[in-house]
Amino acid sequence: MGVEFTPRDYSLIGPESRRAVERGLATATWYSCPIPRKRLKELMQRRDGPAIRDTIIWFAAFAVTGGLGYLAWGTWWAVPCFIAYGALYGSSSDSRWHECGHGTAFKTRWMNDVIYQIACFMVLREPTPWRWSHARHHTDTAIVGRDPEIAVPRPPDIAGILMSIFILKSGPKEIKRILMHCFGKLHPEEREYIPASEYPRVFRTARIWVAIWLAVGVACFAAGSILPAMYVGILPSVYGGWLYLVFGLTQHAGLAEDVLDHRLNARTVYMNPVLRFLYWNMNYHVEHHMFPMIPYHALPALHEEMKAYSPTPYRGLLDAYREIIPTLLKQVKDPTYHVVRKLPDGAPAYDIAEPKSKLAAA
Amino acid sequence: MSAEGWIAACSADDVNPEDVTEFEHDGRSFAIYRSPKNEYFATDGSCTHENFPLADGFVMDDIIECAKHNGRFNYRTGKAMGAPACIDLKTYPAKVENGTVFIKID
Repeated sequence: MGVEFTPRDYSLIGPESRRAVERGLATATWYSCPIPRKRLKELMQRRDGPAIRDTIIWFAAFAVTGGLGYLAWGTWWAVPCFIAYGALYGSSSDSRWHECGHGTAFKTRWMNDVIYQIACFMVLREPTPWRWSHARHHTDTAIVGRDPEIAVPRPPDIAGILMSIFILKSGPKEIKRILMHCFGKLHPEEREYIPASEYPRVFRTARIWVAIWLAVGVACFAAGSILPAMYVGILPSVYGGWLYLVFGLTQHAGLAEDVLDHRLNARTVYMNPVLRFLYWNMNYHVEHHMFPMIPYHALPALHEEMKAYSPTPYRGLLDAYREIIPTLLKQVKDPTYHVVRKLPDGAPAYDIAEPKSKLAAA
Repeated sequence: MSAEGWIAACSADDVNPEDVTEFEHDGRSFAIYRSPKNEYFATDGSCTHENFPLADGFVMDDIIECAKHNGRFNYRTGKAMGAPACIDLKTYPAKVENGTVFIKID
């Protein structure tokens, strides 16, 4: 039998949003590990080299998997080729979107901007709305009614999570919004975090995207094959989104909501170098949230600095999912349940009783 | 405060080259910058996006990047360099005399 529970309103325009402000959880001051400013400055240094190297490898991987897929088209050998191509297109683009959105991947600004636009298109996230959505996610991480990027609201929608293997839950919502933007309309929630000055940019990009989708459709029609759509547009985002789900759920799923300490609401999961290349070190998620100005290539070093203050990292994806799956299943019946991360002995804890919110103080 | 409105903010050595520090005066917060060429500049102390303290941010050349959302401003001119920083920072004249950084608050 499930626990008596009134479902919470995760929208940004409902009563939970006001409640978060009243409780001092909105735009609040978060716990931060006491790392010396000098060391932080060293870690914050921007470089073009690592991201240029990784981007060359990334595009080369597209060329190899896509080229082999072309040669193997019509045979079963095309399946593994497009599984790999799709994972690059629909999943590894998520971390490129993320890092370049922060503007930290490259030192040179235009490089961040170019890869950001490309990755946005691949991962089916509009550049401007998602930039603002993600800023809010960093302001109010896992604060109910404030964070637009809570991946698994409670109680978890297990069927929806399974549908997300092929982005069948988020994809239609994104496409609907892109079409809305094409016609110059915004969702009321988007008006909560996108400034009006950015609206024309939203509408213009949506129109360009739809034009590209239509061009891919015309190419398919002309070729008499869906092959062009396997490479560009919505289809590879759909068939390639599975790895993003595997990575993405580890970030916050099943952890605490409404706490002002990223050590309690985010996971750091050790991964092998291949996965870290695909995920651009976002497995160091506690570290990224606490110090978002530190580039992805410096996160392993930041991790070493934060270790003494942080919960034990997960040994790998299996270790993380051994916790996540049972937790989400339990939350179906008891949405109040969540994983409580244990801080190391002696590590300072955030004073949850006295949140300091700039909005509440205003 | 001097007759001309200049206020002693900090020692010149309090700010490392290509870095920023915070100065509070009369309930207001200011950010004092030292450029890579050892020039000094001053702006309001909080990011115009969501009011996070710029003194926690990262100085790179002429740019200050907010530590929370990576909003970027040119600290010489106060110009916001793009989303999520869309509103320019207010800047203040700064000078160094006898090893002390002075800023002029209007």
